[in-house]
Amino acid sequence: MVIGTAQIGTLVTGWINDCIAGFPAFWASFSSKVAATFVKGSRWEWFLSGLGYTLLISLLSVILGCIIGVVMAIMRISKSRLLRAISGTYIDVIRGTPTMVQLLIINYIIFASVNIDRWIVGSIAFGINSGAYIAEIVRGGILSINAGQTEAGRSLGMTSGQTLWHIVLPQAIKNILPALGNEFVVLIKETAVVGMISNIDLVGAARRVQGRTYDYLVPLLAIAVIYYVVIKVISQLLAQIEKAMRKADKR
Amino acid sequence: MIKVTGLKKHFGDLEVLKGIDQHIKQGEKVVVIGPSGSGKSTFLRCLNLLEIPTEGEILIEGESITARNTNVNAIREKMGMVFQQFNLFPHLTVLGNITLAPIKVKKMPKAEAEKLAMELLETVGLADKANSYPAQLSGGQQQRIAIARALAMKPDIMLFDEPTSALDPEMVGEVLAVMKKLADDGMTMVVVTHEMGFAREVGSRVLFMDGGYIVEEGTPDEVFSNPQNERTKEFLSKVL
Repeated sequence: MVIGTAQIGTLVTGWINDCIAGFPAFWASFSSKVAATFVKGSRWEWFLSGLGYTLLISLLSVILGCIIGVVMAIMRISKSRLLRAISGTYIDVIRGTPTMVQLLIINYIIFASVNIDRWIVGSIAFGINSGAYIAEIVRGGILSINAGQTEAGRSLGMTSGQTLWHIVLPQAIKNILPALGNEFVVLIKETAVVGMISNIDLVGAARRVQGRTYDYLVPLLAIAVIYYVVIKVISQLLAQIEKAMRKADKR
Repeated sequence: MIKVTGLKKHFGDLEVLKGIDQHIKQGEKVVVIGPSGSGKSTFLRCLNLLEIPTEGEILIEGESITARNTNVNAIREKMGMVFQQFNLFPHLTVLGNITLAPIKVKKMPKAEAEKLAMELLETVGLADKANSYPAQLSGGQQQRIAIARALAMKPDIMLFDEPTSALDPEMVGEVLAVMKKLADDGMTMVVVTHEMGFAREVGSRVLFMDGGYIVEEGTPDEVFSNPQNERTKEFLSKVL
């Protein structure tokens, strides 16, 4: 069967005409959906608190992840075979299993009988998860520092701990700040999975609203836009900080 | 002050030091020369255990540093080291570089450490750079700061590992001048260098190393004017 250009033309203009004709009705239904999603019962506050929890969980996880990451990175490069094995296994297992599965295990097995808020469980789970990735970032940062720095510290009589803490880590962390910022941005998106155990984050807010309005379109579009804007703002901020730091390097 | 017996160092299958015996007395300025790969730097680095000797014994002020239970950090406090690549801490100011170890290791109060640092900066002629960062300084200035940093721990011995090899020619003089001043003040020094002029002028004893051995040693006059060993003659004929 051959469809001529003329026929396609008629089809397309037909669609366009339909769209134009149908737009007022669509707009009316869309705006009423928007009203139902945000205005009715002050549901915009749900999104706001959802965003708050998303950011809170991300921030707590990245802080916990940094602490775990630094400790694991130091263990990973230590002289003790046992410490190296522990952190190696941790990094291997965490990076080799899905975040969601880790979250479920931590929530339904480890914290099953513990009565604490789910956002805390979520933060711990994501912190443990990102700790493995941050450990590798930190390890790379430490290894990127010239061995001469360590030798200089040790030759002055400083212990290996003092040398690491006062000389190597400050330089390493400065080098890896962009990578850490990136990890934070990734985490903000990852935390959407927290919906598996709780509905207090942004995704949870969308689902609660959807449960009342039976409309998927507006709530999901709304949180997509919110995620996008938040991540855009944070990325820009991080880029600014990085730029300022690079300038400071040229002192 | 430093007594080395039967010192050997292997890196895997590579034997870098094949048996070194040396006695360095207080106030001596020992200059180590020799072709690259002869083990000069490794010898120097063994003295403060930046390299762990494979065999042999090193006594510093009568204390064995090669024994298993030695407090390595305490030994290193007595020995300052200056590196070819300066190795200043780029994230700290000049003052921060000099005061870090006295504050952290000797638990010196900050004000006292800074006072000491300023005196040392005066000595190396860089008091006006106290608040600069290493990246803002020339190579020669960085190396003088590195010397001041090592001196801040009030060491009994100073080790120099090719301190002028990474410098532009016009900056070599200022660093050697600081080292010479240090020598005149009676510091015990072990210097690995290619600066034959410095070796001749400042050295109280010259060691010529080749192939992991000390092949020849003597006063600068003996070694430079009347070398006995064939390899010493050949080396000197190339560098002088």
